[in-house]
Amino acid sequence: MNDTIDVTVNGERRAVARGATLLELLRTLELDPRVVVVEHNRAIVRRPKLGDVTVAPGDAIELVHFVGGG
Amino acid sequence: MTAAVETIRDAPFTIGGRTFHSRLMVGTGKYRDNETMVRAIEASGAEIVTVAVRRVDLDRTREAGILYHLDPKKYFLLANTAGCHTAEDAVRYARLAREGGGFNEFIKLEVIGDQETLLPDVQGLLAAARTLAKDGFQVLAYTNEDLVTALRLEDAGCAAVMPLASPIGSGLGLLNPYGVRTIKHRLKVPVVVDAGVGTASDACVTMEQGVDGILMNTALAAARDPVAMAHAMRLAVEAGRVAYLAGRMPKREVAVPSSPLEGMLD
Repeated sequence: MNDTIDVTVNGERRAVARGATLLELLRTLELDPRVVVVEHNRAIVRRPKLGDVTVAPGDAIELVHFVGGG
Repeated sequence: MTAAVETIRDAPFTIGGRTFHSRLMVGTGKYRDNETMVRAIEASGAEIVTVAVRRVDLDRTREAGILYHLDPKKYFLLANTAGCHTAEDAVRYARLAREGGGFNEFIKLEVIGDQETLLPDVQGLLAAARTLAKDGFQVLAYTNEDLVTALRLEDAGCAAVMPLASPIGSGLGLLNPYGVRTIKHRLKVPVVVDAGVGTASDACVTMEQGVDGILMNTALAAARDPVAMAHAMRLAVEAGRVAYLAGRMPKREVAVPSSPLEGMLD
């Protein structure tokens, strides 16, 4: 059994560890969970819950933050 | 306000239950570097500062998020839905923004209907405004100068209505003073002119229409000296506001001498 699964992060396919939580995904990507908002299959996952949600093959994950804008 | 205008008593500038001192709101886009942006915002005296919601760059080739440069304790961050073309997208971005730091429930709502002019899609705008207002958002809606749309946005529960001076990023100034003035006369919620102001005189003329405030971005970011222009805009917004409160003299088609006609030499 393969120990990674494929998910889509910000529109790009990525291999992540099987059984990884969203919090672990952020850590792997070296992102600070305090300044990133996570959308998991179109549902927002709040910060305290990031460690509770496990990613599954084919999941669509969006990681957004604030940038300059008018 | 400066000491010279303390004789004018202005009403507080309140949006969605929050009171602000500055009637100038500024964006954070298109600056050549973050240091210039921070200094320009400081010079503008603005308290409300807009930001956009975008994907994190996983390859880190672009700048890190704006929160590394702007202190959310110092500025009231107003997230926007810029770039959204449907009500559904705008609602999605607004909800992401609300989670983006837990700052506030304010959203600058944009639903763009035409890519060339960036004019709003008023049907999408109204639909998104209704949904977000019901969802507890304080909606500041970017719209055109159409009075009926502005009235419908107020009915939809918007905290403020924001007609444009001219298209976003155009710097053409206030093209329809009558339209903006009419919206201000008829609405109870604050009216903030958003987009199109190019230089200080534009800001002054806009404030002289009696609107509650101005939101601008490119006029500062694209000026040769953004920090100096931010200072000019701060003065212009104050000057225009005070001139509006002071009440201008009536216009006449004939000259009226300022000096007495009596006492002239033979």
